Amino acid sequence: MPQLTTEVEQHSLVIEIGGMPVRVNTIDPGFLAMLQNRYSGFVGESEDAEVEFDVELAPPNPADRDADVEVKYRFGRWSLSRGDFRAEWEPAARRGWIRQTANPYSIDAVLRIVHTLVLARQGGFLLHSASAIRNGKAFLFAGVSEAGKTTISRLAPPDVTLLTDEISYVRRQSDGYIAFGTPFTGELAKLGENVSAPIAALYLLAKGRENRIDPVPPGEAARSLLANLLFFAEDEELVQATFHSAFEFVNRVPVSRLTFMPDARVWELIG
Amino acid sequence: MSKLYMARNPRVAARSLDGEMMIMSGRDSTLFTLNKTATILWQSADGATPLDEIVKLRICTEFEVEPAEALQDAETLARELASHEILQISEEPIPQRNPTAGESR
Repeated sequence: MPQLTTEVEQHSLVIEIGGMPVRVNTIDPGFLAMLQNRYSGFVGESEDAEVEFDVELAPPNPADRDADVEVKYRFGRWSLSRGDFRAEWEPAARRGWIRQTANPYSIDAVLRIVHTLVLARQGGFLLHSASAIRNGKAFLFAGVSEAGKTTISRLAPPDVTLLTDEISYVRRQSDGYIAFGTPFTGELAKLGENVSAPIAALYLLAKGRENRIDPVPPGEAARSLLANLLFFAEDEELVQATFHSAFEFVNRVPVSRLTFMPDARVWELIG
Repeated sequence: MSKLYMARNPRVAARSLDGEMMIMSGRDSTLFTLNKTATILWQSADGATPLDEIVKLRICTEFEVEPAEALQDAETLARELASHEILQISEEPIPQRNPTAGESR
């Protein structure tokens, strides 16, 4: 009798960002090696993953290559899709799957989305901002593209630990907020350090002819924070939760405008 | 002239910060900052108090404006807020389970 089944070796990797372990399973050792390289410094060893994804590598689908990201919750299950991937995640079972080509960008997008969904229920969020630790305190530098996130990161002196130059990871704690390093990079293309610290300030970046810090009225602070939040889900409950989280953050963390010129002396104002 | 009643849409999130009322649509995440008059309408939208009474008690006492003109402007504004799904409007009282739905201070 010929053998009808073949045992396929499963490879596995835990990617731990913001203290949340996500296990990724694949049968492709080359893809696993790529992930190990991509998430170097964020590879964990936890046996108890918050989410476990089976990744199925598939050829590209030219029909919906340019489709925008869609995140929907239905019947206890999140459905995530973009032109380059499809994924599902069932929070109660802590399991899901991702179907994508063998590239690091699709799974990176899935991880960002999953983290925003988990954080939204816990009062945290991902923010378009650079962040760094100095003297045991974390500082966030928020702004849209070209606002100066990469520039301020590049200008950081040696005593500063860079958490990210693109997307900050903010987690709520009973007495404040913690920023974690992320592997989500911007132009600097340098992974953040996998460390964390209490957030001391959020700076809204503005390029100018001098280095200065100015207060920001609370309403403007909240609007700016909301404008820089990463959020993908079409889900009223989570939209409302994220909205209130932004206001809680503004009530607890000082928000100022940091006008700066591309000069390392700007860091004399920080920390 | 028929009465107009307003209720807060429970599908939005609202927050007052330093005197500014901000509303976010739960449907498409659009953020609205309400002006003073719109804030009064939002705060007064209990589904039971007719607009003309709100104008008389809250708007005419706050701003120097003729009641008829104030009512006309308030109705235009209420309809605009309704078009953004911030308020629900009706010519009948609107029953509400939770009159402060979506709001947190």
